[in-house]
Amino acid sequence: MDSIIIDQLTKKFGSFTAVDKVSLRIQKGEIFGLLGANGAGKTTLIKILTGLSGASSGKATVAGFDIHRQVEKVKMNIGYMSQKFSLYEDLTVRENIQLFGGIYGVSSGFIKTKTTQVLDQLGLQDSAKKLVKSLPLGWRQKLAFSVAIFHEPKIVFLDEPTSGVDPITRRQFWEMIYAAASQGITVLVTTHYMDEASYCDRIAIMNAGKVEALGSPGELKAAYQVDNIEDVFIKIVR
Amino acid sequence: MIQIEQISKSYNGHAALKHASFKVDRGELFGLIGPDGAGKTTLIRILMTLLLPDSGKAQIGQWDVVKDYRKIRQHVGYMPGNFSLYRDLTVEENLRFFASVFGTNIKTHYHLIKPIYEQIEPFKNRRAEKLSGGMKQKLALSCSLIHRPELLLLDEPTTGVDAVSRQEFWQMLKTMKDHGITVLVSTPYMEEADLCDRVALIQNGEILEVASPKNIVDHFSSHLYRIKGKERLGLINALRSLSLFTKVYPFGEYIHCTSDQALDSGVISEKLRHLGMEEIAFEAAVPGIEDRFIELMA
Repeated sequence: MDSIIIDQLTKKFGSFTAVDKVSLRIQKGEIFGLLGANGAGKTTLIKILTGLSGASSGKATVAGFDIHRQVEKVKMNIGYMSQKFSLYEDLTVRENIQLFGGIYGVSSGFIKTKTTQVLDQLGLQDSAKKLVKSLPLGWRQKLAFSVAIFHEPKIVFLDEPTSGVDPITRRQFWEMIYAAASQGITVLVTTHYMDEASYCDRIAIMNAGKVEALGSPGELKAAYQVDNIEDVFIKIVR
Repeated sequence: MIQIEQISKSYNGHAALKHASFKVDRGELFGLIGPDGAGKTTLIRILMTLLLPDSGKAQIGQWDVVKDYRKIRQHVGYMPGNFSLYRDLTVEENLRFFASVFGTNIKTHYHLIKPIYEQIEPFKNRRAEKLSGGMKQKLALSCSLIHRPELLLLDEPTTGVDAVSRQEFWQMLKTMKDHGITVLVSTPYMEEADLCDRVALIQNGEILEVASPKNIVDHFSSHLYRIKGKERLGLINALRSLSLFTKVYPFGEYIHCTSDQALDSGVISEKLRHLGMEEIAFEAAVPGIEDRFIELMA
């Protein structure tokens, strides 16, 4: 089953085409990496898929909802986490969870049960009343991910989720992503760190608004006859 | 060129650096590698005389970072982590400004920055704020080199920069060697370690290890195996359930497993098949910098 279907999607800003007839199908429960240099069009594409920007032409459905006609439905069924901003640092751990749960309109009963569950999973029971800014960076990232999938969205968008975190936390983070995917949540990771891409099931490399390569990390390395995704990327962009 | 001895620094009771010590040789391309919050920026700011250490001693050549700050500021080039040029000055105005601050002009050491500056020269009348990320980075590097420093300190120059620009940037750093300029560069990306002559791994304010990239990997003391399978989460859990490994962790497309003793991959594969794992290939693996970093963290 496809969780995201993109068909000939195009976005123009004046005479500049940021996204150029992109077509992609992303499966339910898939961990999909969207790579590209700055200006390749990945941010614009994500903005369209998350309902923050309209497309100039083409079609797309996200979690079964049309991005043109059912924007609010789309927004209710997705989660989002970026490296730069994810949580309110001057709210406590519990307040952050409650705030985001409230924004997504889940019931107070659900928030209560699920908050306990999340704190248990992360081993943060004793830190529930601590301000987020007092937590170590790695914990903040893991909490941010839990908050992004708190309302049990069909799809979660992650923007450079593990760049800059220590190697152990990074791996704990990917295990959390694997767990979410195995529960059927589709994960769309955007990054320009090729290293991060190698953890994905499939990746698409964008350049100048177009998808130039699509496949599993292994397939792409074989197709371009190189040892790592970074070299695939460099071959495409140059 | 750089001598750091037992440097410590705390902010409001939080220890950012704990007795950090290492040396950088003249003419070396030296990497300071660690995650966000490890203490990289604090250390570079201390070397650049922008922060005072709480204790310990650091020298650049014969100059002490506390007493001889004027000398150091004249002879060291610095590229901070955040874009620090004048946004409303043009490319050329920025370069001229930095040259004049250091009492020189663009011409004197132009040969040094020529290969870098030439790439942004077509845009010399453009305001710095209108440049792309890669071009900003080239301008910042040109400005930090215009007085021909003996040492160049770069704080995460490649963070947020795409793969192609990153590759070009490292190429430029390598040419600094030919000019006899020592380079200390910090990065959170472990894979960039391979591009340095030597590196220091840093975590939670502590220097974990200082060596060449090759020696760091050689110091990896466990047996390392890798495995690829269809259902990664299930495979990770199955591997952990065998209780044969000291660590099991995801590593890109693979899962890495460490063990104190050599293991027979045939036996492991058989055990995994028994647990219902399909399409598996269990094999010995060559450790990387990240594997060693994880070993040192534990």
